[in-house]
Amino acid sequence: MSPGLFALARTVVTAASVAVTLSIATAQTPAPQPATEEDADKLLEKYRAMISDPMSNPGYLAVDTGETLWTTARGPKNATLETCDLGKGPGTVDGAYAELPRYFADVGRVMDAESRILWCMETIQGIDTTPIRKKPFASSGGNPATEIEALVAYVANKSNGMKYAARMEHPKEREAVALGEALFYRRSSLNDFSCQTCHGQEGQRIRLQTLPFFDSPKAAQATMGTWPTYRVSQASLRTMQHRIWDCYWQMRMPDVGYASEVTVALAAYLTKKAEGGTIEVPSIKR
Amino acid sequence: MPRMSLAALAAAASAAALLLSGAASATDVKTQAGAGPGAEVAPGITRERLEQAVAAAWKGLPPDLAARVVQDETMALCSQYRNQPPQAVADAILAREKKNVTYPADGKYLGSWKNGEKLALSGFGGRMGDDPKRANGGNCYACHQLAPTEISYGTLGPSLLAYGKLKGNTPEAQKEVYERVFNAQAVFACSNMPRFGHNKFLTIEQIKDAVAFLLDPESPVNK
Ligand code: HEC
Ligand code: HEC
Repeated sequence: MSPGLFALARTVVTAASVAVTLSIATAQTPAPQPATEEDADKLLEKYRAMISDPMSNPGYLAVDTGETLWTTARGPKNATLETCDLGKGPGTVDGAYAELPRYFADVGRVMDAESRILWCMETIQGIDTTPIRKKPFASSGGNPATEIEALVAYVANKSNGMKYAARMEHPKEREAVALGEALFYRRSSLNDFSCQTCHGQEGQRIRLQTLPFFDSPKAAQATMGTWPTYRVSQASLRTMQHRIWDCYWQMRMPDVGYASEVTVALAAYLTKKAEGGTIEVPSIKR
Repeated sequence: MPRMSLAALAAAASAAALLLSGAASATDVKTQAGAGPGAEVAPGITRERLEQAVAAAWKGLPPDLAARVVQDETMALCSQYRNQPPQAVADAILAREKKNVTYPADGKYLGSWKNGEKLALSGFGGRMGDDPKRANGGNCYACHQLAPTEISYGTLGPSLLAYGKLKGNTPEAQKEVYERVFNAQAVFACSNMPRFGHNKFLTIEQIKDAVAFLLDPESPVNK
C-alpha cells in the first residue's frame, strides 16, 4: 500500500472521500480486465483493514452524534437518555447491545435496540416518535444517519469487542426466535421469495454477490457482529432494521413495519444463530 | 424449565410447544397437516400466529399492495414444509399449478431472443419505488448462468449454458420451457424460481422472449 493512500485513508471522514479513495485505489491496480464486483470486494476488504481505526470510518461520526443525542437533555420532559434501561438496568449502556433483542417486563414484549431506544425517548423524554418511525432511515447520500440510527450506532459501539450473549431463554424470547424462524421461510409477493430463497444454502451468489448462509454459525456471527455498518454504496450508517427492510424490498414486499414484531423477531432469530460471535461496530460494508 | 437447544425443539415440535408454556396457548399445540389454521410453521408457532404478526407489520395498504403480503395456498404449503413437501402435498401443488398455466393465443412459444436477453439481464420491477409503467425484468442472471460472455451470474439456480443445444428446439421443448418459466411450480413443487406468468410479473410475450433466449439456435446462450 502506498504511503500516500494510507495517509488519505486516515483522513477520510466523508462519504465523498470514501468514493474518491476507492477510485484512486482502482486506478493504481493494474487491471488486466475490467474491474468486476469481485475486485470491488477485495478492494473493500483491503480498505476495511486500512480504516479499522475510529479516526477514519465515517460510521464513527454517527457514534459521536449518537453519544451527543444520548447525553443531551431534550424533549418536553427536558431529560437525557442516561437513565434508559436497555436491559442491564437504568443507565447501563456498556454491553447492553450484546444482550439484545431481549424481553422487557415493563412493556411485556421482546425489543431490539431500536425499539427500546424509541421507547426510552417516549417515556423518559416525552418525545413523540411518530415522525421518526415514519422516516427512520437516512436517504442515501444525504445526512449519513438519522437520529435513531445515530443512537443505535452509539449504543451498539458500547458493546464493541464483546460476544453476542442474547440468551433467548425467556418464553417470550423463545417465541420471538421461533416466530423469526417461521418468517424466514415465509414465501410471499410477486416473486414467491422468502429469506430462505437467497440465504438458504452455503456459498450461493446472486449475480456476483455472495450471500450469507445463516445456518453456518460462522457466517451468522460475521454478519450479526458487524451491524450497524457504514454502507459505502449508500454513504449512510445502516442498522439491522434497515437491512431487513432492504431485503423485504428486494422481495418485492411493501415496506415492512419499522420496529414491528416481524423485524424484531427476524433479528432475534438471526442473533440467536450468531450467539458467541464478536461485535465489531460500526463496521464498513459495500 | 429445562434448557433445550433449538435443534431439540425442532425435533420434538409438539413437546416443545408444551414446554413453551406462556408462549403458546393450548390450541396452538396440535400439529396438523395442510396449511389450515392450527398448522405449525415453527416450534410453538401456528400459521395463525404467524399471519397475525405479518398483518400487524404491513398495515393500511391499498388493495394491490395488501395482496402481495397474503399467501396463496401453494406459498403457504411451501413455507410450512420449508420447500420440501411430502409427496401427496407436492402432487397437489403440481396439479393446481399446472391448471394455472396460460398459453399464447397464437400457439407460438418462441419470441425474440434479443428481447429475451434484455429481460434476463434486468432486475427491474415490483420493488417499492419502481415505475410500474416500465417493463419488469426476469432477472434470470440473478440465479442462472446463461450466455458464456456474461460473467455476472448468480448460482441460486442451475447453469443454463447451452441450454438449447441440450434441450433441442422442437415444439415440445418450446412448450415445456414456456410452462417452466410461466410457472416453475407446475413442473417442480416449491421450486425457488418465481412463478413469473402465474404472478403476472412477466407477460406472455415476455415469457416467449425468454424461451427464445434459451432455445433459439441464434441466441448467445447456444453459441
Ligand atoms: C432476493 C434475494 C434476497 C432475499 C429474498 C433476502 N435477502 Fe438478505 N441479502 C441479499 C443480498 C443481495 C444481501 C447483500 C449481500 C452483500 O452485500 O454482500 C443480503 C444481505 C442480508 C443481510 C446482511 C448480510 C451481511 O453480511 O451483512 C442480512 C442480515 C439479511 N440479508 C437478512 C435477510 C432476511 C431476514 C431476509 C428475509 C426477510 C432476506 N435477507 C431476504 C439478498 C436477499
Ligand atoms: C430466484 C432464483 C431464480 C430466478 C430469478 C430464475 N430462476 Fe430459473 N430456476 C431457479 C431454480 C432454483 C431452478 C431449479 C429448480 C427448478 O427446476 O424449478 C430453476 C430452473 C430453471 C429451468 C429448468 C432447468 C432444467 O433443469 O431444465 C429453466 C429453463 C429456468 N430456470 C429458466 C429461467 C428463466 C428464463 C428465468 C428468468 C426469466 C429464470 N429461470 C429466473 C431459480 C431461478
